[in-house]
Amino acid sequence: MAYTEEELKKELETKEYEYGFYTDIESDTLPVGLNEDIVRAISLKKNEPAWMTEWRLEAYRAWTQMEEPAWANVTYEKPDFQAISYYSAPMKKPKYESLDEVDPELLDTFKKLGISVDEQKKLAGVAVDIVMDSVSVATTFKKTLAEKGIIFCSISEAIQEHPELVKKYIGTVVPERDNFYAALNSAVFSDGSFCYIPKGVRCPMELSTYFRINQAGTGQFERTLVIADEGSYVSYLEGCTAPTRDENQLHAAVVELIALDDAEIKYSTVQNWYPGNKEGKGGVFNFVTKRGLCEKNAKISWTQVETGSAVTWKYPSCILKGDNSVGEFYSIAVTNNYQQADTGTKMIHLGKNTKSTIISKGISAGKSQNSYRGLVQVNSRADNARNFSQCDSLLMGNECGAHTFPYIETKNKTAQIEHEATTSKIGEDQIFYCNQRGIDTEKAIALIVNGFSKEVLNKLPMEFAVEAQKLLEISLEGSVG
Amino acid sequence: MLKIENLHASIDDKEILRGINLEVKPGEVHAIMGPNGSGKSTLSSVIAGNEDFEVTDGKISFLEEDIAELAPEERAHKGIFLSFQYPVEIPGVSVTNFMKTAINESRRAQGLEDMPANEMLKKIREKSELLEIDRKFLSRSLNQGFSGGEKKRNEIFQMAMLEPKLAILDETDSGLDIDALRIVSDGVNRLKSKDNAVVVITHYQRLLEYIVPDYVHVLLNGRIVKSGGKELALELEEKGYDWIKQEVAV
Ligand SMILES: Nc1ncnc2c1ncn2[C@@H]1O[C@H](COP(=O)(O)OP(=O)(O)OP(=O)(O)O)[C@@H](O)[C@H]1O
Ligand SMILES: [Mg+2]
Repeated sequence: MAYTEEELKKELETKEYEYGFYTDIESDTLPVGLNEDIVRAISLKKNEPAWMTEWRLEAYRAWTQMEEPAWANVTYEKPDFQAISYYSAPMKKPKYESLDEVDPELLDTFKKLGISVDEQKKLAGVAVDIVMDSVSVATTFKKTLAEKGIIFCSISEAIQEHPELVKKYIGTVVPERDNFYAALNSAVFSDGSFCYIPKGVRCPMELSTYFRINQAGTGQFERTLVIADEGSYVSYLEGCTAPTRDENQLHAAVVELIALDDAEIKYSTVQNWYPGNKEGKGGVFNFVTKRGLCEKNAKISWTQVETGSAVTWKYPSCILKGDNSVGEFYSIAVTNNYQQADTGTKMIHLGKNTKSTIISKGISAGKSQNSYRGLVQVNSRADNARNFSQCDSLLMGNECGAHTFPYIETKNKTAQIEHEATTSKIGEDQIFYCNQRGIDTEKAIALIVNGFSKEVLNKLPMEFAVEAQKLLEISLEGSVG
Repeated sequence: MLKIENLHASIDDKEILRGINLEVKPGEVHAIMGPNGSGKSTLSSVIAGNEDFEVTDGKISFLEEDIAELAPEERAHKGIFLSFQYPVEIPGVSVTNFMKTAINESRRAQGLEDMPANEMLKKIREKSELLEIDRKFLSRSLNQGFSGGEKKRNEIFQMAMLEPKLAILDETDSGLDIDALRIVSDGVNRLKSKDNAVVVITHYQRLLEYIVPDYVHVLLNGRIVKSGGKELALELEEKGYDWIKQEVAV
């Protein structure tokens, strides 16, 4: 069958969410709604110290004074924040020494995801902290890490075991009142990951977390804090999928990265949350605040592959505070059907000789809208700041949209800023060429999209690149092709 | 091997092929010549299954099987290869990766396992040597920034890799320099056997000195109006197409 716009359109409509299943693990859920008592209850359930409870309450009070932002290029029905249950923890929550002891249903879940635990074990060198519905249920490889003084645990555990570190850094990059969703997250975050790499230590393995929204009607408010002490290095992988749900599920995570002098953090994300069905019903609202702070000579790289969610609002950013610090953002965002993504980055150049690179690849199909929004800001003190941005869009069909909103603000004449943007379409001639060589249309589209995304895919750690490529193919299977 | 009977094809209700008859047997080389716009590329596209064109009448069979309903990739799996007059660029996809995908897709269609990596590498080495292609070239994005001649040589490299039963070469000679023409022609000749067949579309007699045809056909206004031996090409080179147009008009 040759490729035509009509056929492509039809195929796009047939895509159903691959991971639409629901794991039946009993949960312990708080009543719906949000007020100070609920915030206190969450803190109490987690047995938190008073300073943490107070911090949450402050955030809650700030949040009640804030408005949901409306500037993004997305339209959706605003969630009813009083109709959400803010806490859901699996009932069975023992800590396991090995993954073998994990609830078989959970293992099954992973099998359906194609990232079976068996498979993960084979990926030697990957420590997996599985976050399912907010509470960590398994942590592995902890010992190896502990020998190097590396702390990798759930944030709840960190609050108990390493309160001085949490207290010192939480909210320093993303303050409680930073924005509407960040404030909400600060008030009610249920769990997330914490990572600390001591001075001069190179983390010997990729640290990896799989998130999953599992309980109908519970929002997920993850909180991640990664601290790379002076001269250290860590590569952190975050992957997410969510099961099919009819009502929209809210996800408002906060990720804070701190790279002290000469440290380097690589943070890679593969996000494949339920995008809603072909009519645009259901799907996850993904409103995330991710930000990293670079001290002197430090480097932070964000790499993301975003194929899921109904609405994505996400701008992993770097504050290049220290001289000679480096920020990078590599992104692939795929939207299909009625998905809407407004994603990009902010590079804030404060220090001298700071450098940033932005490579964004947007792929839109169906009736989706895909926007890149990026800010490059050079402060007056930031002599010789340099930025290179490249935003490429690939369109499939005639009903989708690709938009680029680059904002540049410089207060220093020595700044060098380059911006390139392209928009292209998958050509029928390209498809036919592939077909003629024996490659069917679906595979051809996957091949072309992979080619288009190559610069970003190449930035992913090996363990992740394979999965990301698979995800791209899945979200394009009978969908974008 | 290939049998075309009374083939009519049109695009946007404009009839381009108007009753083509052509039979190609294993081991044969056919040349198709004809003025610009006479329908040569259209014919090759239709044989390859390009659905931009609508087949309104006639029959195409390949290896005794009616292929009218087959998708382009299915025809490719059966052994039809088209060297494009204008090869298409695919950014970010290396020649090697493209070939690996193409070969494995064909193998899967035949129920075979993927080709083992060492076998693939060996084949790539062998065929790139045959066509004197620098292997660095194979890691570049497919056709992107390739010179006209490089694109054509790359088409023949792909043909060598895929080992088709029927190869249609649409103006593969245009754009090739003198040495490249010899190298590419040698390559085609060495891949020839009594079991496969080649259809070359060209404007110039020169190519046919290297790839010697058993038959030469003249395509005019969507019909094959004259067929002959290799001498016909010489005659065309000398006299152009006017005399044929007159013959047809009579
Ligand atoms: N996609 C198309 N849309 C409209 N007309 C087309 C299309 N493709 C081919 N044609 C027309 O069909 C006719 C035959 O074109 P074709 O490319 O087959 O000629 P050709 O014999 O290969 O010519 P050349 O020697 O220049 O390569 C031309 O008049 C051309 O304009
Ligand atoms: Mg032509």
